[in-house]
Amino acid sequence: MKKICLPLSKEDIKNLSAGDSVSLSGIILTARDCAHKRIFELLKNNEKLPFEIKDAVIYYAGPCPSKPDAASGSCGPTTSARMEGFAPTLLDLGLTAIIGKGEMNAEVQAALKRNTGVYFAAIGGAGALYGKAIKSCECIAFEDLLSEAVYRLEIKDFPVVVAYDCYGNSIY
Amino acid sequence: MRKINTAIIEEKIYNLAMRSGVNLTPSCKAALKEACENESGAAKFALSTLLENSRIAVEENMPVCQDTGLAVVMLEIGQQVFLEGKPIGQAVNEGVRRAYRDGYFRKSVCDPITRENTSDNTPAVLHTEIVEGDKIAITFLPKGFGSENMSKMYMLKPSQGVDGIVEAIIETVRCAGSRPCPPVYVGVGIGGSFDYCAYLAKRALTREVGAHNPRKEIADIEKRALDGINKLEIGCQGFGGNTTALGVSCEYAPTHIAGLPVAVNIQCHCVRCEKEII
Repeated sequence: MKKICLPLSKEDIKNLSAGDSVSLSGIILTARDCAHKRIFELLKNNEKLPFEIKDAVIYYAGPCPSKPDAASGSCGPTTSARMEGFAPTLLDLGLTAIIGKGEMNAEVQAALKRNTGVYFAAIGGAGALYGKAIKSCECIAFEDLLSEAVYRLEIKDFPVVVAYDCYGNSIY
Repeated sequence: MRKINTAIIEEKIYNLAMRSGVNLTPSCKAALKEACENESGAAKFALSTLLENSRIAVEENMPVCQDTGLAVVMLEIGQQVFLEGKPIGQAVNEGVRRAYRDGYFRKSVCDPITRENTSDNTPAVLHTEIVEGDKIAITFLPKGFGSENMSKMYMLKPSQGVDGIVEAIIETVRCAGSRPCPPVYVGVGIGGSFDYCAYLAKRALTREVGAHNPRKEIADIEKRALDGINKLEIGCQGFGGNTTALGVSCEYAPTHIAGLPVAVNIQCHCVRCEKEII
């Protein structure tokens, strides 16, 4: 399994092929349905986003609450297809990678190709395992959205599979 | 007449919910293990990750999947039972509320229009049936929505018959592709009315993975559909292979001469379902 430290460089991304198993460590941000809606309202009004999108990695996920002695609760991926209307714009704004589960449409694959981005599939349903791979979890935006808020996660040895690489290849 | 205080039901719901958030059913775990032994490549990697995940969940007593679901509760209430105490719906919701708080489960229930979260995972979806006897059978099924979203309802023509039913089941799984977290467990309702058919499909998901309907014609539909689904080569997480579904479970009811309703309810590989009889 390849080991990668985030943030991803364009060189890192060019070395990834669909089907590769990769272990990620570093910083990622969660965002799912409601958070994307908020992000797009801000973009529409030309307002500043509450986090830097350039070179960021977005994880489509909404964690369980953390127990008092744990960094995070269970936190596996959610279905990426629901976010495919949002992903191309964010990739054009500098997002380097998406982590989610399941197929996304041709527009997303084209945006990954155009921006040298990558789509990682996390293993859907492995919430406990991913929760354990999260070393810190901090809410950085839209706190009122509870599990749908944006969380900044520090991850270590987080297993994923390259689903779409930057050359237009797919595991599906 | 047997008196049962609804406080007892609340306590049972609490315990069943706490257990179901963490544990896969034994039949689901066995089916995943078998699939892992038979697969290769990325699908095998995903399946072994899932088995490791279920081990961690139990060891750490944490939710096996972060989508701890919309709480679906089925109560079969014996007609000789006299319920006393707080209203039954309130007791069920109180059990759910406490379990989702104490279990550190995700609160995933919201208003359908404003999308505002109810913050305590209530209300549960409560199905009640009046049956013979003086007992209450409780079934607790936390239903994740990645898979629920991929479910379909068909109003087939009677002439489409068994072939139509089998094709509808396979078609639903084909359309779902990698999105519902395959390998899936497929609950199917056949017959009844539009609403009852969907209930039968949900009911079918409460059967152990691998068990078949006692009626031969129905069991044959289950086998044919499973065979067809596993030829789709979607595989675990959409990574390919021969395990797209762990099982197909059908329930049926008589229907109208003009119709053949078929409801296909998709369950992801995290089959969580707890039962108790009081």
